[in-house]
Amino acid sequence: MSSYSLRGLHWFQALSAGAKMLEGLPPSLRVADAELGGKAARFIAVVADPHNRFPRARNGEVGLLEGWGLASAVDELIAADQDKPCKRAVIAIVDVPSQAYGRREEALGIHQALAGAADSYARARLAGHAVIGLLVGKAMSGAFLAHGYQANRLIALRDPGVMVHAMGKASAARVTLRSVEELETLAASVPPMAYDIDSYASLGLLWETLSVEQIERPTANDVARVTECLGLAVADVAGGIRDLSSRLGATNREASSKVRQLLRAQW
Amino acid sequence: METLSFEFPAGQPPRGRTLVGCVGSGDLEVLIEPGQAGKLTIAVQTSVNGSEQRWQHLFARMFEGQAYPAMAIEIHDFGATPGVVRLRLEQGFEEIGHD
Amino acid sequence: MTDLTTLANSCSLVELGARQRAQALLDTGTFRELLDPFQRVMSPWLARQGVVPQADDGVVIAKGLLNGLPVVIAAIEGAFQGGSLGEVGGAKMAGALELAAEDNRNGVPTRAVLLLETGGVRLQEANLGLAAIADIHAAIVDLQQYQPVVGVVAGSVGCFGGMSIAAGLCSYLVVTREARLGLNGPQVIEQEAGLEEYDSRDRPFIWSLTGGEQRFASGLADRYVADDVVQIQQHISELLQQGLPARRRSQQAALFLHRLAQLDTEPQIEPATVRDLYRGERS
Repeated sequence: MSSYSLRGLHWFQALSAGAKMLEGLPPSLRVADAELGGKAARFIAVVADPHNRFPRARNGEVGLLEGWGLASAVDELIAADQDKPCKRAVIAIVDVPSQAYGRREEALGIHQALAGAADSYARARLAGHAVIGLLVGKAMSGAFLAHGYQANRLIALRDPGVMVHAMGKASAARVTLRSVEELETLAASVPPMAYDIDSYASLGLLWETLSVEQIERPTANDVARVTECLGLAVADVAGGIRDLSSRLGATNREASSKVRQLLRAQW
Repeated sequence: METLSFEFPAGQPPRGRTLVGCVGSGDLEVLIEPGQAGKLTIAVQTSVNGSEQRWQHLFARMFEGQAYPAMAIEIHDFGATPGVVRLRLEQGFEEIGHD
Repeated sequence: MTDLTTLANSCSLVELGARQRAQALLDTGTFRELLDPFQRVMSPWLARQGVVPQADDGVVIAKGLLNGLPVVIAAIEGAFQGGSLGEVGGAKMAGALELAAEDNRNGVPTRAVLLLETGGVRLQEANLGLAAIADIHAAIVDLQQYQPVVGVVAGSVGCFGGMSIAAGLCSYLVVTREARLGLNGPQVIEQEAGLEEYDSRDRPFIWSLTGGEQRFASGLADRYVADDVVQIQQHISELLQQGLPARRRSQQAALFLHRLAQLDTEPQIEPATVRDLYRGERS
């Protein structure tokens, strides 16, 4: 078993089988245009590159090259489809353990690289591309903000290894001055603090959750199921609103709606 | 965290309202609004447990036998010393007076 | 609501709280707060975890004029929970930016100024903070279809986590010598990567990498200003009047990839290396 996750890579390979890879990008990115429901779509994954030039980004973390590389892959799509009435969908396959933590990263402005990626995904969405985030593994913090969180629709596979969070448990415990056990007890009763995908789903941020047979190495059935779901998500976006308002409305995220209503009334 | 409430006799409600301070380390936030005529009420949320006596003494020294206006005071405390609490309250009363 | 004499005598922005910062930067008499603290829209998550809430949840939203231009200011209170963003504070900032964009679609040229003193996501509200920050990112990009968004990191908390990405999305970024800007807080990096990689107690080292002066000298900020209300206001006003940049920093992937390709990543990095690599083609 490798020290890093291969889920993102395997799902990328399965969903974009046979498609030609986009060249000129950092080796930690996989980008290809493959068919989805009879139309071309761009599949993008961040994968571990054990030889990454940046040593703190060798396990699939989103670092400097990954942030700017994602931006570049999405920018290329926006430019290519600029004058086309039908914009290709973008499928962000999300399996990102964290952003890269390192001296080089901070010094060279990793925040700016991740802003580059978020900016491109957001502009693609505003330009009319359906942007779908497919969560097959971890979707952590800054890494998820850069790769996936700007999507019109988020789909998560049901599996204990699929988790969205702002910080790993050990760090979160330290920062909030709690033990890991205390944190886990709290998380069980406070949905936004929980690490499991059902608690996350209760916040209303996911469009769909799906069970699959083999999350590590998707079967033909799994691929068919996920492909169908992605197609439905793309169709659901088509011609509709281009912002993130479809994520609002859950009881566990009631304050987010209430604040917006009050702001509007007082604007 | 503890939630406490206190009440003292008071005069007429003031016209203005004010906010002073912030829920920062060793500080507190005080919101002062016009209350019900004849009553000065204080609602405290504090990060320090077991501190009711301390608040009671502090407020008693400040408000008992004094002719304060009828204010509804709300305090969000993050471990402020009695000195800081008194300072913030006086700052708030002064602003109410100016408004 | 505020002691105006204190305000008038103070020149430092850093010493002011979020509300006073917004008041100080807006033209006299134009400050109008939305969802003010007396409306008590507070975090629904903190009290149940035994954490004392703040009446405005640490975010101040104010409309007004800045040198005559219509703006909405979103100011984060760094002293409350380290300026962390929870559900309510995050929604206030995102919602204000969304309404500013809507104003522009209706022909009202509202600009936005963000006063960023924040450690990022409030961990007690973890995933709702993260989701709110994604909304903030979306709204900053949306608004920039019409008008600039100016970010200000004055100090003393600095700007970290998901909100450093928000800073990176702004049309322009103003920093002071008291500012720090970085994705990851020093302690978290030390914990994840070790003391040799990042010594969180070595303050000069951290400032030399992430301080306002270094960020400006490396072209990762647009203005380096003294901690003075009048000067900061003047710079914000100039930037707002410039309108949108041809390409904001977060739209320059090709340039940054080109620069990074030239770097020898074997040796550990020095501040001067970053300046040399990024200077020259200033955006």
